[in-house]
Amino acid sequence: MPTDVKIKKGLKLNLKGEATETFEQGENTKTVALRPANFYSLVPKMVLKEGAKLKAGDEVFFSKYSAKTRVVSPVSGTLKEVRRGAKRKILDVIIEADETQVYKDFGVMDPLKSDSTEVKDRIFSTGLGIFLNQRPYNIPANADDTPKAIYISAYNTAPLTGSAEFILKARVEFFQAGINALTKLTGGKVYLGVDKQSASFLKDIENVEILNISGPHPAGNLGTLIHETEPMNRGERVWTVNPEDVAIIGEQFKTGKYNAQRTVAVTGTSAKNRKYFKTIAGAEVKSILKDFEDNSRIISGNVLTGEKVEADGYLNFFANELTVIPEGNEFRMFGWIPFIDNNIHSMSKTSLSWLFPKRKYEVNTNINGEERALVVTGEMEEVMPLDIFPMQLIKACMAGDIEKMESLGIYEVVPEDFALIDYTNTSKIEAQSIIRGGLDIMLTEVG
Amino acid sequence: MNWIRHKIDQIKEPFEPGNKLQKYRPAINALDTFLFVPDHTTQKGAHIRDAVDLKRTMITVVLALIPALLFGMWNAGYQHYTQLGENPAIFEAILHGAYKIVPMIVVSYGVGLGLEFAFAIMRGHEVNEGYLVTGLLIPMIMPVDIPLWMVALSVIFAVLIGKEAFGGTGMNILNPALTARAFAFFAYPTYMSGNKIWVSEASNVDSISGETILGSLAANKEITYNTAEMFTGIIPGSISETSTLCIAVGALILILTKVGSWRIILSGIIGAAVMGMIFNALNIEGNGLTNFPWYQHIIVGGFAFGIVFMATDPVSGAQTTRGKWIYGFLIGLFGIMIRVFNPAYPEGIMLSILLLNVFAPTIDHYVIQGNVKKRQKRLQMKTVKTA
Repeated sequence: MPTDVKIKKGLKLNLKGEATETFEQGENTKTVALRPANFYSLVPKMVLKEGAKLKAGDEVFFSKYSAKTRVVSPVSGTLKEVRRGAKRKILDVIIEADETQVYKDFGVMDPLKSDSTEVKDRIFSTGLGIFLNQRPYNIPANADDTPKAIYISAYNTAPLTGSAEFILKARVEFFQAGINALTKLTGGKVYLGVDKQSASFLKDIENVEILNISGPHPAGNLGTLIHETEPMNRGERVWTVNPEDVAIIGEQFKTGKYNAQRTVAVTGTSAKNRKYFKTIAGAEVKSILKDFEDNSRIISGNVLTGEKVEADGYLNFFANELTVIPEGNEFRMFGWIPFIDNNIHSMSKTSLSWLFPKRKYEVNTNINGEERALVVTGEMEEVMPLDIFPMQLIKACMAGDIEKMESLGIYEVVPEDFALIDYTNTSKIEAQSIIRGGLDIMLTEVG
Repeated sequence: MNWIRHKIDQIKEPFEPGNKLQKYRPAINALDTFLFVPDHTTQKGAHIRDAVDLKRTMITVVLALIPALLFGMWNAGYQHYTQLGENPAIFEAILHGAYKIVPMIVVSYGVGLGLEFAFAIMRGHEVNEGYLVTGLLIPMIMPVDIPLWMVALSVIFAVLIGKEAFGGTGMNILNPALTARAFAFFAYPTYMSGNKIWVSEASNVDSISGETILGSLAANKEITYNTAEMFTGIIPGSISETSTLCIAVGALILILTKVGSWRIILSGIIGAAVMGMIFNALNIEGNGLTNFPWYQHIIVGGFAFGIVFMATDPVSGAQTTRGKWIYGFLIGLFGIMIRVFNPAYPEGIMLSILLLNVFAPTIDHYVIQGNVKKRQKRLQMKTVKTA
């Protein structure tokens, strides 16, 4: 029996520059990068040295503090370079890809016919564990935990995102196999969030609890789904997986091959060829983005939570979007006067943009003001569907007050739940990074 | 436009980091950002941002104050000429009002912004726009004849003790504008109360009393104004508080732009009405204020101005949604209660708002505790189930 997840608070941002729903094969990427920063809090210990030959699926590094969390190579080729920063911290591990890909054979396994320890061992020993994220803290899952539930959201409500439904259409079989594997990892349920409006094939997926999502962003956020079904308490663990990664897990079980295929929707007004590109997780940006305007920002991910990357850089390991929007490094004369520059969207009613709710906006990266003291109240609550006092939690995080953070619900949130607050707040404070700071304190002090 | 930008960049050169005058950067930035929204781009967090900023929000409040301010100027002149038995033209009345009020605004902004700039430079942060509102509010709630040096002293007290002592904008406990008025009220009572101060230059006119309605009621005198006059505001009083009509226009601007909290305004009016009705029902003899109809309580004195422009100050008011309902209601309730029971302070609203400013964090605390308890309970239920 599907459950409805319906929220009212939030904001649907209509932005120009969506990707058309057609696939295009991305150019073969010459190198891929595995960046520990994409696996938050993971401290890598290298398994291979520079120059080593590897197959797709060979282990590259593992977590210093939990050896079962392994990262394996998405391609076959040569470990070209380990780029290090200050204090020899590993920034990127660059792997040069072979022309023809060779896959390590992990053997076929039917998760439904295997017992749960076998499935779990397989997932973590073959590096699939890196696709599982743990809440609280949004960090790689720990193989020694058993989560109370697993959540997948196949309905991304953030602006300019890739449609999970479209991405998964050709890989339904693998997706189902992945789901079957995940059911073995938890004593509780596996939840799959889908768009209530769509009559999608996703609603026929078996062995999951379907959540019919409706409402503005952040309705499709994992945090919202968890909060509406089994809210987090202190000491509990929940795992989350991206929809495409479920298919990667499933494919590995069904064929024995680790095929880290990543479908990336190229979006944003500054990108000229806006389509869905098939490439490899951690591929070069230039393999899918050739033509774009000058003075643009390239974001691996969406405009609210994505990571800024360079044109000659690499895609975020997990992101299904590559958004290109103009940089807003221009002055606007008298732009602060109310009802001036109505072409810039505002949730407040000090711009006439609210008269045109259907209008699509072109956005850039200008802050539209400067950071100020927290003055305005009540606006954060408008985009916070969780039963949480956002401003008070932000202040507790700024103060580093562990007891207060805990009592105000820090375990129930991750930075992306505060992305709309980043966007809408009058004082231009960086809510996501403040929440991340609070979570880091909790991670070291409480764990 | 480009050449203006170019010129400003030239002027700003010596203030850039590493140069001689870099310490004074906040001051020059404050002026620059009034001409241009800066070219700053997002560096972390969300890559796109809403068009709203604090400058826009504060200017919206200033816009909402304009009708009451203009009316206040006209009324100051009108009251002045009518006590002399003259019937002034609109222009004449406004001119007299402006002659009195514009210098007060200049002093308030001059002194206040001077202090704000000094603190911004000292503490190395940008100048916050909050004083744009405070600086206009202060003259608007003063009697028209108050000496300019008193305005200046009140401003200094409000900014130093009311705001900067607590850490600056966003940290203050009391509403700064009301702090200024309270300071003047208790430091210079002869200039702030009585029956000769509410009409411009009334003290020069013998035997004519220009006292406020609340003043007359407290002295158990007959009221000579009707409800329509009370509502439109053609009555003596502090500069901009008399016209409930113009204040309602301002309230509408605040509510429609979502800058002011409609919850506080509405619950405040309900609170005042409830208290007024209680007094009306009690029907105590000998106190003109208890028998004053409750709806007239809402349209005379500083109630309307206070609840619309002072109580809705987000920094000193309650911050949670439920807290705002309670906070507004209690302001209305206590405002009328102080007004009725303590005729020495006919302006109960000022004291009521300041009192509730102090209690706002407590109200919020209990509202938030509700949320915290819910979370604790959920955890307990869970532990019981698994045990």
